[in-house]
Amino acid sequence: MKPKEKFDFFHDERVRSVFYQALIAAAVGWFVWSLVSNTAQNLEARGMHTGFGFLNVAAGFDSSFKLISNEAGVGTYGRIFFIGALNTLYVSALAIILSTMLGFFIGVMRLSSNWLVSKVALAYVEIFRNTPLLIQIIFWYIGVFSLLPRVKSSIDLSGGAEVLLLNNRGLYMPWPIPGDLLWLTGVAASIAVIAVVAFRRWAKNRQDKTGQTYPTFIVSAALLILLPGVVYFMTGMPLDWDIPKLEGFNFVGGASLPPSFMALLFALTIYHASYTAEMVRAGILSVNKGQHEAAKSLGLSNNRSMSLVIIPQAMPAIIPPMISNCMTTIKNSSLAIAIGYPDLVSLFMQTSLNQAGYAIELVCMTMAFYMVVSLIISWLMNIYNKRVQLVER
Amino acid sequence: MKLSTLFTLVVALAVMAAPISASAAGKTLDIVKKRGHLRCQVGTPSGGFYNLDAKGNWYGLDVAVCQAVAAAIFGDKNKVEFQSVSSQARFTALANGESDLLSRTATWTMSRDTQLGLDFLTPNFYDGQGFTVLKSSGITSAFQLKGAKVCVTTGTTSELNLADFSRANNLNITAVTFEDWNVRDDTYLKGGCDAVSIDKSSLAANIISFPKPDDHMILPETISKEPLGPAVRQGDSQWANIVRWSEFAMINAEELGVTSANVDKMRASSKNVDVRRMLGVEGNLNEGLGLSKDWAYNIIKQVGNYGENYEKYIGSGKGALGIDRKGTLNELWTNGGLMYSPPMR
Repeated sequence: MKPKEKFDFFHDERVRSVFYQALIAAAVGWFVWSLVSNTAQNLEARGMHTGFGFLNVAAGFDSSFKLISNEAGVGTYGRIFFIGALNTLYVSALAIILSTMLGFFIGVMRLSSNWLVSKVALAYVEIFRNTPLLIQIIFWYIGVFSLLPRVKSSIDLSGGAEVLLLNNRGLYMPWPIPGDLLWLTGVAASIAVIAVVAFRRWAKNRQDKTGQTYPTFIVSAALLILLPGVVYFMTGMPLDWDIPKLEGFNFVGGASLPPSFMALLFALTIYHASYTAEMVRAGILSVNKGQHEAAKSLGLSNNRSMSLVIIPQAMPAIIPPMISNCMTTIKNSSLAIAIGYPDLVSLFMQTSLNQAGYAIELVCMTMAFYMVVSLIISWLMNIYNKRVQLVER
Repeated sequence: MKLSTLFTLVVALAVMAAPISASAAGKTLDIVKKRGHLRCQVGTPSGGFYNLDAKGNWYGLDVAVCQAVAAAIFGDKNKVEFQSVSSQARFTALANGESDLLSRTATWTMSRDTQLGLDFLTPNFYDGQGFTVLKSSGITSAFQLKGAKVCVTTGTTSELNLADFSRANNLNITAVTFEDWNVRDDTYLKGGCDAVSIDKSSLAANIISFPKPDDHMILPETISKEPLGPAVRQGDSQWANIVRWSEFAMINAEELGVTSANVDKMRASSKNVDVRRMLGVEGNLNEGLGLSKDWAYNIIKQVGNYGENYEKYIGSGKGALGIDRKGTLNELWTNGGLMYSPPMR
């Protein structure tokens, strides 16, 4: 018979480990708390105001570029924070999408058997990956978008119609004003999307069962364009356009993107695409050469073997570095301050800090914003990553 | 874990948790004297007010205030450590005790004076915000800037002033904000903005740096009051008095005709009681400040009076901004300006 294990509270390993973990947690908690309370106490002692009450105070200034309306002297600092956050997310989201597309393209080009194509891709990667981003941003701003013609001699991109205009103050374009019955077109578009999803699922099932393929692309495109299009024309085209017109110093009306936005978007896209290209190249090279040969021997074309065999297997190697690339894009967008794009750092940590003070609160909020966004991205990408990782057998 | 390790941990934690009270305790003058030099905060180099010469020495109108305070305390204007701090960190660096004094074209406003734990002292330069435009634009008044884009620099009160001016006059001006004034000027020169708006003293210096200065002009309107002056931490009146009266001594000296060149002669032979009191020949003005009798003499001897410094750095001196003092607010009160020192008696 085995002797019954005696439970000794003070010498039990589990009790000990819990005890020391609790001790460490308490120590860390105590340290953080003492940092915070000391700061608060010392701020108090020096007569510096603290707290987040200033967020409800009207800010006396306005942002030159904003996605939501605001008025100087009415909008609060809280709203300024929101405007800055949206501006940051807007430019970084576009930059992430565009740089991923461009990066994939360059990365595949880099592996091309055509000498010229692969060397062009190599030159692209080496040039844009090996120069500082800040210099690239300033180059695009001062060297490209500032050199566009002045307002009075704008370039007409719409070929004489004078609706799409480009000058050194930005890109001016018409903006839709929805009419009464436009919601019907919206409903039709949603139905079309649902129909496309259902149709694709059906086509895939059929292919799994019978091996027969169906021209899904043409059918989905037709559904997506025709259904909402017909409804739109039947309801009498309920959409007007607000067209930019030259009034005084500037174009008024429509929508516009400032040159600083375009310069930042270009710089971020091109810079991060060079990193994406290298990740894609590394991912593709990590797939065993035999896979490509096997796909060929099945009679798949080069394009199909790439999209059906190689890329899906390369994804598990590509996604993890892509996560950090996305997060870096968002953080790098804070370099916008150099060229006057009103992102979060510029509006909140510069202008608001200068007008309202409250340095500690403002810096903490800005840091918290970048941290939360990065964590959300990393969480979402990890979900996606788990899905592509499961492909491995 | 051994008991002794645990003990060490607890002691370490207790130390960390103890209130970390920085230099708030103790009087600033005692701290400065003990340290042996003054810590004076200026900005990143900027013409006229705080700039670096070829040897790396600071000079300028705001630098002169730092030097005057050092001369008053130590009898040596060079006992200053200059701290060049970005404009975002300037007030925090002063409030937390890193700097003893801030002298860097900071605008004295009510919110800054009352909410940031600072005390602004008497202004050493009265400025105001204005606009630069191209002469060929046909604009002759700031009120014609309806719907215009105006380039400004962040880290100043100019964004707020511009927004206020636009709002008050229904002008719908868009401010394009830059961190770097080189990029701001480049944008303006290439037509990305209709005007540049900063303090008028900077506008004058700015236009000179343009490729064709004659093509640009400063509009007549001044849209804001910008009293620029030094600031100290709140709660130490003795220290505030020392800085304030160092400034006043320079203004008073100009009014009394005492300069760095004639101060020795004046001290030895002046019959004017105001001069004699200021230079410490008579009376005990130094006692309230906790300084030696020749504190004001040292300032004037080593740094000069206000007018001398103005000419040297802002007025007609070599490498100065070239802003004529005549008819401006920076004249002595006896000439119709705002530079006024309470009597030193």
